[in-house]
Amino acid sequence: MAAHRCSYSALLLIVCSLSVFSVADSQETTLAGDHHDTAVDDNPRTDTVTAEQTAEQPAVDQRRWEATEVEEATLDDADTDTRDSIPPETAVPSSVPHPKDDFQEELVIRPLHSGDIYASFQFRTLWETDFMRGNKVSHYRLFPKSLGQVISKFSVRELHISFTQGYWRTMQWGQPFQPSPPGAELWVWFQDSVTDVDGTWKELTNVLSGIFCASLNFIDSTNTVQPSASFKPLGIGNVTDHRFLRYAILPREIVCTENLTPWKKLLPCGSKAGLAVLLKSEKLFHSSFHSQAVHIRPVCQDWQCKTTSWELRQTLNVVFDLHTPGQGKREWSLFKMFSRTLTEACPLASSSKIYIDITDDPQGEQFEVSPATPLLSQAMVLGDRRTFSVYDLTQQLTFGTARSLNLLIRWKSSEGEMLRPLLHAERYVAGYGLQTGEIHTLMYNNHPYRSFPVLLLDSVPWYLRLYIHTLTVTSKGKDNKPSYIHYQPSKDRVRPHLLEMLVQLPPNSVTEVTVQFERALLKWTEYTPDPNHGFYVGSSVISSLVPSIVAMDTNSTQERPLFSSFFPCKEESSYFVRVYTEPLLVNLPTPDFSMPYNVICLTCTVVAVGYGSLYNLLTRSFQIEEPSPGLAKRIANVIRKMRGVPPL
Amino acid sequence: MGLLSDPNRRRALISLLTRLNAPICVVCYMAGVAWFMGLAFEPFTLRTYMSENAMGSTMVEERFPAGERALATGREFSAHKKKAGGMPVDWLVKTMQSQGLEVFTQRFSRTLPFPDENKERYMVKGTNVYGILRAPRAPRTEALVLSASCIPGDNNNQAVGLLLGLAQYFRNQVYWAKDIIFLVNEHDLIGMQAWLEGYHHTNTTGMDWSPLQGRGGSIQAALSLELSSDVITSLDLVLEGLNGQLPNLDLANLFYAFCQKIGVLCTTQGKLQRNDWDSVSGYSHAVQTMMLMVMKQASGRPWGDHGLFLRYHIEAATIKGINSFRQYKTDITTIGRLMEGMYRKLNNLLERLHQSYFFYLMPSLSHFVSIGYYMPAFGLLAVILLLRALDLWVQLASPPPRTEDGFVDPEQMSSPGVLSVLTPLVISHLTGVALYTLPIRFQEMAVEHFPVSETEAVVLTAIAVYTAGLALPHNTHRLLSGGGTEQGWKVLKMVAVLYLAVLLGCTALINFSLGFILALTLVPVAAFVTPHAPKALSAFVLVILSPACTLLFSVFFFQELQEMPISFLDGWMLYLSVISQGILDHCLYGSLVYPLIALLVYPCWLLFWNILFWK
Repeated sequence: MAAHRCSYSALLLIVCSLSVFSVADSQETTLAGDHHDTAVDDNPRTDTVTAEQTAEQPAVDQRRWEATEVEEATLDDADTDTRDSIPPETAVPSSVPHPKDDFQEELVIRPLHSGDIYASFQFRTLWETDFMRGNKVSHYRLFPKSLGQVISKFSVRELHISFTQGYWRTMQWGQPFQPSPPGAELWVWFQDSVTDVDGTWKELTNVLSGIFCASLNFIDSTNTVQPSASFKPLGIGNVTDHRFLRYAILPREIVCTENLTPWKKLLPCGSKAGLAVLLKSEKLFHSSFHSQAVHIRPVCQDWQCKTTSWELRQTLNVVFDLHTPGQGKREWSLFKMFSRTLTEACPLASSSKIYIDITDDPQGEQFEVSPATPLLSQAMVLGDRRTFSVYDLTQQLTFGTARSLNLLIRWKSSEGEMLRPLLHAERYVAGYGLQTGEIHTLMYNNHPYRSFPVLLLDSVPWYLRLYIHTLTVTSKGKDNKPSYIHYQPSKDRVRPHLLEMLVQLPPNSVTEVTVQFERALLKWTEYTPDPNHGFYVGSSVISSLVPSIVAMDTNSTQERPLFSSFFPCKEESSYFVRVYTEPLLVNLPTPDFSMPYNVICLTCTVVAVGYGSLYNLLTRSFQIEEPSPGLAKRIANVIRKMRGVPPL
Repeated sequence: MGLLSDPNRRRALISLLTRLNAPICVVCYMAGVAWFMGLAFEPFTLRTYMSENAMGSTMVEERFPAGERALATGREFSAHKKKAGGMPVDWLVKTMQSQGLEVFTQRFSRTLPFPDENKERYMVKGTNVYGILRAPRAPRTEALVLSASCIPGDNNNQAVGLLLGLAQYFRNQVYWAKDIIFLVNEHDLIGMQAWLEGYHHTNTTGMDWSPLQGRGGSIQAALSLELSSDVITSLDLVLEGLNGQLPNLDLANLFYAFCQKIGVLCTTQGKLQRNDWDSVSGYSHAVQTMMLMVMKQASGRPWGDHGLFLRYHIEAATIKGINSFRQYKTDITTIGRLMEGMYRKLNNLLERLHQSYFFYLMPSLSHFVSIGYYMPAFGLLAVILLLRALDLWVQLASPPPRTEDGFVDPEQMSSPGVLSVLTPLVISHLTGVALYTLPIRFQEMAVEHFPVSETEAVVLTAIAVYTAGLALPHNTHRLLSGGGTEQGWKVLKMVAVLYLAVLLGCTALINFSLGFILALTLVPVAAFVTPHAPKALSAFVLVILSPACTLLFSVFFFQELQEMPISFLDGWMLYLSVISQGILDHCLYGSLVYPLIALLVYPCWLLFWNILFWK
């Protein structure tokens, strides 16, 4: 038993630590090489070197070696995950009076196998300051003041907020760089100095609601949970007491331009210059998927990690639908998609780059990118080794003679099989009628031979009363006992159900989690204005360490030195993935609100007249009443009474 | 109620009710029938109107251009269907994928309890193919369904072609807020049942199906398309679903509104609307339309592929293209535009369709009779039963001094008492159980011993059990030691009458048409049967008005309404197949009419039979 618990906690630790890396993974490994030999300024040169090397086979191995080294380093020291992205001059001891800040922007474009285009913007502001040490921070440069004040006022250690419109189609699009559930999601780690966490959380959500023009003020105790294992801090610090964590999801939140505008205003250049000029709302919301997020966390300033700095990462992910009927020509360009071209980098940015994922098309057979770039880069992203073409916007050369960059992708053929994502999930409500139902959560492990554990987090509103004794977990027709279950029952009108469990997914299988529920009858004021639309249940969250795709590739067709390929390499063996299922729309028993007056009248009448008199008739006993005697008779009776004879 | 708490006035009222019981009952019956017939008279009915605001004020444009291409796709489908000898799964999957849908398939198999001779199937195996058009920026919570079934032979190819054409056209539009599921189901209702059960992960009828891989959340509405010709003269709207369930009236309104807008002839029950309501022929036309709806609803079977959706609280209807000899023809592009318009409006829905009526009858597409108007017709019939029960109660209670504890008073009834009521009740219900279970259970045995097919065996066993039940009174008589008394049959009759009243009342609430038709025939029986009437005549009347004969008359009446009168022999064959279809509907889709008749209505009728032969 003890061993069991021990293995579990070890696993949790891995989940937690790896989750730190994988989010950072997408860009850091790219820069890994630069960190090893030279500074960021030399970026183009090293990238060119890489590009030359990728032409020959050994280069791949060298690249692998570099990536491996980085992974090892990160494993050794859990706190160094961002060190390589800090520009070298910031590593100079703090002789400078101001705390340094730094801004980077990048755009990753990935043509998806489904024929869609995935564009992912990331803007990162790093600031060497400490909001917590009691010293009032008053001078803001790149870091948005509104968020800085929020951090210091509410003693926030880490804040993650995302607004998403649409559902990420894992089976068509693969894994996203930053997963997010439909609607709004907010999770916050507070400093352990906070005493009244619930009160602070309440205030914080209201403030954020104002900052982002969103209905975050609907977050209250009925939809807030404290996950015990699924959400670990992504920044430095090892406090994992989940009393300081709050997690809430608003599946009904609709994301629109009014949320985008305040988000854009947090950027140092606004939407005036740099990559942010592409963020035109009428184009961004003409897409299949739109997600914007803000992540704030403390990170190390340097590799020794003596002081911390604050990282603000703003991300925006968009999938454009490029479907054309028939054999039409498929084309994608910055101008077509964003109705803008790029003319300059944000002047405040220390780095401004565009990456185009050309992994699926190393020889340029499927699509063609123009203008061509000599810069190539490789990175491990989500367990897969990807190759990117890089456009550095800080170089004047990139813009060419036209002084504007309009990237163009032209498809030549649309073949290509996508590797099925190793982990994906779906959820639905089974049954019919308005009394009971069953929530089914299906988790697919598509790995051919390796099983892996996943953490499932389900937060269900109280008005679906879960029958937790009906919880079943089955894989391949057999009962699959979760090794860890954390269940917090709901309280009516106070808090939701929280169900967290650790399930081992057998290889190449579907694991089905079912739990039955009963639909509560709400009070009439508790119904939404559109009760017949149904009530939402937020996405469940599946967090997992998934075996890497690279490690899966054992019968390597690639030519590699034999000595390199005997043991599957440990560093790349797994990566952290978070998958969100679709939210549910559940109909509750709903009275007919169009005629409350009629109903009230009818019930009152029926109760008063019908039932009342029927009850009266049934319970009363009836007797024939004697007619009252006349006056003379009464007098006679009085006299007879006095005489002692019985009355008439 | 003050009237009742005064014993004198109560006595007067009761004596009035008992004295005039028979005339009041007759008047009520006539009034009920007259009320019902009046429902079809246009000035008494309401015009339909769109209640759902989300569908009303928002105008949509219909631009579907690709009718010709849809027809070509339909021909291609037909060719592939012939080649594959069934559902061309691969071709459909490839076509839908090339249109940019997420495509999934579902296999299912079902062995029928006995062969279905109408559709010639016994061991059914098939595949459903469906493609989901994902709405941009929608979180997969709501969906609409468009379905067309793949039927062997040359039927319904155009529907599949139009479905694919619409899928292709819809894929390129940006305004979708709900996922749209394009479903091609094999083996019509069986495939639909498998798909719906798979989608909702329920299993009510013991069918084998493979689980679905893709879903679109909760389905808001569904339309099912039946088209078998390249051009049509009119579109027919079929509403009646399983167990007499109807979709929300707004769905019918939507269809009617678009037919008016686009200029397509539209019918319901295959009957065009007429404007001369004040003429006799105009009125009788409306009565025919309404009666057809009543008959179809009473049958409790799904009259189109949409019928099974209703159980899952999904508003659904079938749209059927009819090609007759009329001059005026509508091409498939126009039908496509009509479908597009309907889907765009359904797409605008913010809530499920709930604003309009769920209980209604339609004498024409533009007029409807709501539950508040038709229920009195049934109420007038049902009140007869209550009056008769009151009469019996008074008769039982009045001659000797009144007792408090009702009809089972051992002092009053010299003979068995409770037993005299309970025995016939139990025996008739056991007969009902036999009628429900034996036909399917003993089909093999019957096939071995008699030269009949399985289907015939089932039907003939049912009829045999039904007839054997008529021998019941003699058996009960022998069981009861002292024989029945005058009190005995009255008690039994009162119980039976009240039982019938409850039974019909509940039935009419769920399926008005069934309740009303049963009440029309059973109420006179229940009201006037006594052991003292001339036996032979009463027995004849009783048999004529029994549920089985009601069904036989209904079959002829239905044919008459459809203007397809048939000879008695054909009618008899049709009657047999209707019985087998009823049993099949119960086994395959969970229709409740057969168990209702066998387990409740028939035993109740047997009680009256028993009273007639009371000795």
